[in-house]
Amino acid sequence: MRRERSALAAILPFLWLAVFFAFPFMLVAKLSLSDTVLAMPPYAPRIDWSQGLAGLGAFFGALDGETYARLAQDRLYLDAYLSSLRLAGLGTILLLLIGYPIAYGISRCPPGARQALVMAVVLPFWTSFLIRIYAWIAILKPAGVLNAGLHALGLPGVDILNTETAVLLGLVYAYLPFMVLPLYAVLDRQDESLIEAAQDLGATPLSAFWRVTFPLSLPGAAAGALLCFIPMAGEFVIPDLLGGSETLMLGRVIWTEFFANRDWPAASAVAIVLLATLTVPILLFERQQARVLS
Amino acid sequence: MSGRPHIGGVRSSFAPWEDPAAQPLVRFEGVSRSFGETVAVKAVDLSIYEGEFFALLGPSGCGKTTLMRLLAGFESPDAGRIRLEGRDIGAEPPHQRPVHMMFQAYALFPHLNVAQNIAFGLKRQGVARAEVAARVEEMLSLVRLEGMGRRRPDQLSGGQRQRVALARAIAPRPRILLLDEPMAALDRKLREETQFELMALQQSLGMTFMIVTHDQDEAMVVADRIAVMRAGEIVQIGRPAMVYEAPIDRYVAGFIGDVNLFEGRTEPAPDGVRLVGADGAFLAEGEIPVGSTAWLAVRPEKIAVHAEPPPPGPNRLEGRILDYAYLGDWTTYVVEIAPGRTVRAARANATRMVERPLGCDDRVWLTFAPSSAVVLTR
Repeated sequence: MRRERSALAAILPFLWLAVFFAFPFMLVAKLSLSDTVLAMPPYAPRIDWSQGLAGLGAFFGALDGETYARLAQDRLYLDAYLSSLRLAGLGTILLLLIGYPIAYGISRCPPGARQALVMAVVLPFWTSFLIRIYAWIAILKPAGVLNAGLHALGLPGVDILNTETAVLLGLVYAYLPFMVLPLYAVLDRQDESLIEAAQDLGATPLSAFWRVTFPLSLPGAAAGALLCFIPMAGEFVIPDLLGGSETLMLGRVIWTEFFANRDWPAASAVAIVLLATLTVPILLFERQQARVLS
Repeated sequence: MSGRPHIGGVRSSFAPWEDPAAQPLVRFEGVSRSFGETVAVKAVDLSIYEGEFFALLGPSGCGKTTLMRLLAGFESPDAGRIRLEGRDIGAEPPHQRPVHMMFQAYALFPHLNVAQNIAFGLKRQGVARAEVAARVEEMLSLVRLEGMGRRRPDQLSGGQRQRVALARAIAPRPRILLLDEPMAALDRKLREETQFELMALQQSLGMTFMIVTHDQDEAMVVADRIAVMRAGEIVQIGRPAMVYEAPIDRYVAGFIGDVNLFEGRTEPAPDGVRLVGADGAFLAEGEIPVGSTAWLAVRPEKIAVHAEPPPPGPNRLEGRILDYAYLGDWTTYVVEIAPGRTVRAARANATRMVERPLGCDDRVWLTFAPSSAVVLTR
């Protein structure tokens, strides 16, 4: 009885993965190997169950990789890829530069203040993500809060809504907690006596930071970077709302293919390639996490 | 330095503190430090001399760690001055002080290997690369870790980590090495070995060591002098034997070793002093004001246990064995001399079960010489 229950507990995560990841993934993979047709649903082939096994064979025979060949030929897709990776990479660097001082600052506060500040970092999650991004439109639009403030200071206004700058701003804003929290976790856990030992042995406070605190916080920085980079590369809402027509990101390409072009195989193929690309950082992340936990 | 006579932690000819002309290496002058309402260190005056192995001994929370951190520079005094070779170092940050510390949990840098850990202080001093390597090798052999330079701290045993911490702290040749409970994380056997190693190392290097410990045995073994602390103040400073045999008050007597206390009023006696109290009348040596309340302190090992009534004499007690602990080399007896009043006596097991063994409920007589007892007025 007990053994059965523990077996069930072991199977449950696999079942979950099978139902909510493996099965949808296979559907998308199948779609990416199909062809577009003017029908509902807009792709072929479909399995003709009335034909029995012969129908299944005909279905598999009709699958091909021509959509992928199309992706390779059309520069649009390659550009979207590179642009996504570039924006996600740039965003990750900015997040590291902004998130590290914040996390470090919080970890140096007295315990009570630390709790409150961590709370403040997480607080934006209590509001809808969509509303927060819309709020940025209100801030960045030509007659928005930002320009009103700049004018009040006698400075010239800026027009950055619908540009890559706005997208980066949105990415950094939205993903900051995901960078700060893992960094804070390692910095907070760090043994204070290590810093004292470094200073005791003749290191100035700055040198103690660079030689002890910083290298020991790198696992947190790596975790934060991957935690931000991976979803940012596939981000849709932020580039869609804050970006302009020239901001090419994969999330938008997938959306356009699905809903505007009704080209489901192309959208699926783009998604599969993105997933394959992101597997590398995901595996890196997993390995690094395993090392931290061991 | 190593040629000095050395007996059980006491180098009898080494006593710079008795020389009024000697300049102390470290001098605390009325140093105080409070944390909020708590006074951790209260107007401490203390001198530590070059080449000395000095122990700060006291229970946790007595301020000994704060006193050490004041010297390392991690705390600054609210009042008073700390001098190193005559220079006031109170305002110097830790990284400028030629004072290094061996941390209680060692605080080895986990991202650096053993050699890099040891080299850390040398590099901060700007020692040339080649010399750093040579000094690291020298340190590794000094602490018997040859060939371990490339290991990571987490690949070492507790004893090895302790030796790396020691090597790291002495590599830059500090003027004084501070050891914060250096043996707290070691098991008993290793601790004893390490104590002797530490003493040998201190003498061969001729370095000044200051150890902070709550373990009186450890302080007795390693130190030239012990400062016993209580509630932020130094109660007594002296050689281990002096602190043990001539404690200044009941606190010191009780903190260092076991002690039996008999309360009474002092009366004049032919040679010494008579103390009369509830437990009887006792004779002791010394000059104590007559007619005051005092305590007679007698160590258990100075009380003889007799199975037969001894010939009449002073300082005689009669009782019944309530309990005893056989420790191999010693047996400690708890003897009830009056209802609810017990005395501890220890007897060396000099012969092997030849004498009739004493057991519970046996009637015994206890005696001690007047010269073995100390009269305490506090």
